[in-house]
Amino acid sequence: MEDMLIIAGQKIRNRLLIGTGKFPDKKIITDVLTHSNADIVTVALRRVDLNSNEENILNYIPDQCTLMPNTSGARNAEESIRIARLARASGCGNWIKIEVISDSKYLLPDNIETLKATEVLAKEDFIVLPYMSPDLTIARMLVEAGAAAVMPLGAPIGSNRGLKTKELVKIMIEVIDVPVIVDAGIGKPSEAMECMELGCDAVLVNTAIATAQDPVGMSKAFSDAVKAGRLAYLSGLGRLSENGKSSSPLTGFLYE
Amino acid sequence: MSFEKEIKKYENFDLDGYFNNLIEKDIENALDSDYQDLFQFLTRLSPLAENYIEEMAQLAHGITKQYFGKTIQLYTPMYLSNFCINQCLYCGFNTTNKIERKKLTLQEVKNEAAYIAKTGLKHILILSGESREKSPLSYIKDCIEILNEYFTSISIEIYPLKQNEYRELIDAGIDGLTIYQEVYDKTIYNKVHVSGPKNDYLFRLETPERACKAGIRTVNIGTLFGLNKWEKEALFLALHAKYIQDNYPDVEVSVSIPRIRPHSGNFNLTHEVRDINLVQFILNFRIFLPRVGITLSTRESAALRDNLLPLGITKMSAGSSTSVGGHTIRDNSNQFDISDDRDVDEMRGMLLAKGYQPVLKDWWY
Repeated sequence: MEDMLIIAGQKIRNRLLIGTGKFPDKKIITDVLTHSNADIVTVALRRVDLNSNEENILNYIPDQCTLMPNTSGARNAEESIRIARLARASGCGNWIKIEVISDSKYLLPDNIETLKATEVLAKEDFIVLPYMSPDLTIARMLVEAGAAAVMPLGAPIGSNRGLKTKELVKIMIEVIDVPVIVDAGIGKPSEAMECMELGCDAVLVNTAIATAQDPVGMSKAFSDAVKAGRLAYLSGLGRLSENGKSSSPLTGFLYE
Repeated sequence: MSFEKEIKKYENFDLDGYFNNLIEKDIENALDSDYQDLFQFLTRLSPLAENYIEEMAQLAHGITKQYFGKTIQLYTPMYLSNFCINQCLYCGFNTTNKIERKKLTLQEVKNEAAYIAKTGLKHILILSGESREKSPLSYIKDCIEILNEYFTSISIEIYPLKQNEYRELIDAGIDGLTIYQEVYDKTIYNKVHVSGPKNDYLFRLETPERACKAGIRTVNIGTLFGLNKWEKEALFLALHAKYIQDNYPDVEVSVSIPRIRPHSGNFNLTHEVRDINLVQFILNFRIFLPRVGITLSTRESAALRDNLLPLGITKMSAGSSTSVGGHTIRDNSNQFDISDDRDVDEMRGMLLAKGYQPVLKDWWY
């Protein structure tokens, strides 16, 4: 049976989700999404210009991709709710990645306001994917409020620091029933692979791809790393051990 | 709480003494450190640090790419009125200058808006001289109402307002404030602002905070390089940006670094700011405050603007005119001479050719 990620009933083949900010040219976005076979792509609604063909970022996204607009720029629940409604009204579909950031220095999400927005938008039949600081209690509340997945950060947005929140994300994977997607902070394919080996359902990457010398090449590298990490997870990784394990065990005689 | 307290701490700071005590190892340490403080920033502004300009550039370029990507947000200014009751020695709108005074009618605002909107720009900065009589808040609000139909982000660069007035304008549709202190040195400030309400140093200094308290989204502050020793102004500007970022974390802060340009006055600039100093400031500001935007106006030449692009700049103006109605009506009563007259299409083409994405829309009100 093919291994698929399912979010709100939709089957997703590629567990690498891609963000569209920071690219040196919007045309590169099309190449990246095509070559990495991306299924889910997130776009900041603040950057969407429906009035212009050339400037409208949506025109650079291949048809096979599911669009997940995000509420980047929102500083509280109210602003993110307004942006989400605007996104749906503009024909951007039902998916929404809630991003509420009231800290312009570290760009860390506001979990409380994110929860408020999730409560409102889930009731309005949005497919809500909240970006969050990895906190188990809030994650449970988000699921209770109707989140279709939770998206804990690995490290601050754009920091390329990797999965610094590993222990917290690991607990979320164990406990939370909806997909856990690591979003933000992943700087290298090996780090994306680490997330997947841990049991994350998917990874969202933007900066590391968009600012690479060769964004298309980097997107392929990430896509392969995510696949490899997933396969390793499904195949069952060995337990970690401080010492070498003898293949001629000391108690083997008991069974001879 | 006020920035005044913060600025007082450094008012009498002996910058030359500090610079004179630096050795090359200090510059190297200030470049290598993961943790950035104000003194490392100052160390890199020193004359000695000029020798490390390429290292700084590589570092600043990397940081900018990481935090902002290779993207540049474009905007254009729209001058509403040049009536002004201030006497500022460096400004073409100086009340004593004999220039043609003009205020756009609402129909003219609509014409300008329609003309600019055709370029695809969604960010507009509206400017006005200081005259509550000629361009009262009600007039500004009427203009905003018209501009809401054409633009998704409106910033103002007008006379300083009270907190409740900022709230009124935010409710009317603005999301950004640009306000330059012009010069942080109080003695020079009082000397160049001869008369008019702008003479009130403290009221101007606290303007960004009043807007932040009122709930503004973005604040752009600046100092007019050339009015004082540039390193001193750089120190205060960085301090101010950091203060706003620390105390109003939900506000997006950016800085402008205009150098004095020829204008219709007769003020002679007294402090030279060489190109390398401008570069030194941009680089070190980026290293010190990685997420704070840096705006570059058309006061600088096209060639210099193109070269400054990868060093830390995040916002640029395009298709600029500094005269009232200058997008659709031609006249010569500008606030200052611009050095880069490329229109939006030319700027877009230049950015793309240099591997930068021009961002014409970055907010949706």
